[in-house]
Amino acid sequence: MKTKTPIVDPRIRRLDIDQSLSFDHLNVMEEWGTFEVFHQKKRGEQHVHAGVVHAPDPEMALVFAKEQYGRRLKCANIWVVKSSDIYSLGYENEDMFETTPEKMYREAGGYKIRDKINQYKKEQKLQQAVV
Amino acid sequence: MNAAKELILKMADDELVIGHRNSEWTGLGPILEEDIAFSSMAQDKVGHSLALYTILQQQFKTPEPDQMAFHRSEKEFRCCHLVELPIGEYDFSLVRHFLFDHAEAIRYELLSTSSFEPLARLARKVKGELKYHVLHANSWMTRLGHGTEESHARIQLTLNFAMPYALGLFEESNEEVELITENIFPGEKQLREYWEERIREQLEKANLSFPEVKNEAIHIGGRKGYHTEHLHPLLEEMAQVFKLEEGVEW
Repeated sequence: MKTKTPIVDPRIRRLDIDQSLSFDHLNVMEEWGTFEVFHQKKRGEQHVHAGVVHAPDPEMALVFAKEQYGRRLKCANIWVVKSSDIYSLGYENEDMFETTPEKMYREAGGYKIRDKINQYKKEQKLQQAVV
Repeated sequence: MNAAKELILKMADDELVIGHRNSEWTGLGPILEEDIAFSSMAQDKVGHSLALYTILQQQFKTPEPDQMAFHRSEKEFRCCHLVELPIGEYDFSLVRHFLFDHAEAIRYELLSTSSFEPLARLARKVKGELKYHVLHANSWMTRLGHGTEESHARIQLTLNFAMPYALGLFEESNEEVELITENIFPGEKQLREYWEERIREQLEKANLSFPEVKNEAIHIGGRKGYHTEHLHPLLEEMAQVFKLEEGVEW
């Protein structure tokens, strides 16, 4: 059987967990940092933020994330990202989004097309019944 | 066929007892994330034992899994001494997990091509689970081996203590020849060889040394029904709820 080469995102580093010894050494009493965990249900789908784990390095973060966030739902893949590598807009800028909910024309649901679709379906059905 | 039955029974008893032992850490693990991971793996082990007892029931007409788990005397158990020992401190539980799970993973790997189809099917099914268990164990060993002077010393001492028990895992049964000639399982000797190779490789990565153990120091007897003093209280505790009201539906 020929195995399909998986399509891999070239931006993501895949940790070769078994081989690598390149973890950072912690000092005594130093606290572990946190990693954000992203969970992918199926190949090709988006990775969705699932939560946070404490871990000393990315490999351990993956080891923990697997049981923390991959133990119940179906899971194809997990990402971890150091929390401190995440950039965010502050809540003081929340006003930038204030008028967004009004902009219904940016949503598919904002167009009054549902009635037209239903009308079309009805006509199709009628036609089929006649045939 | 009796050979396959003996093999499955000792595997099931190992899984049940280490699963129960490791679950004793639930709620007490060193950190939340590790607590959850270790508890999950303990559940997996108990799950493996259920699958194995079910094969025994279906293929060899043994009593149902609950009866096998909660209603046998210590003498009827075929687990090795390594899994019976109390959880100790976390270093011991981790080292035991490392030594046991490597053997378990290789055993199932070898069984995935067994002529005894129900066992081969189960072996293929749990492959991914065991891959994670071994990854978890290796990750900890590597870090603790390279960690501080204290972590290194504790893990090495624990290894020295645990190794004579771990080698008891490979105590041979009377049916080794039958297992091998019938292509059910390549035998404990072969398993131990592969296991030693992998353990040595991992320990080297972790900057730890493989303790040399004299043959007469290996703790055997478990496979013949002779156990440590720790098994009896464990079985009592495990069956406590079951025996409160037998046959009750949950």
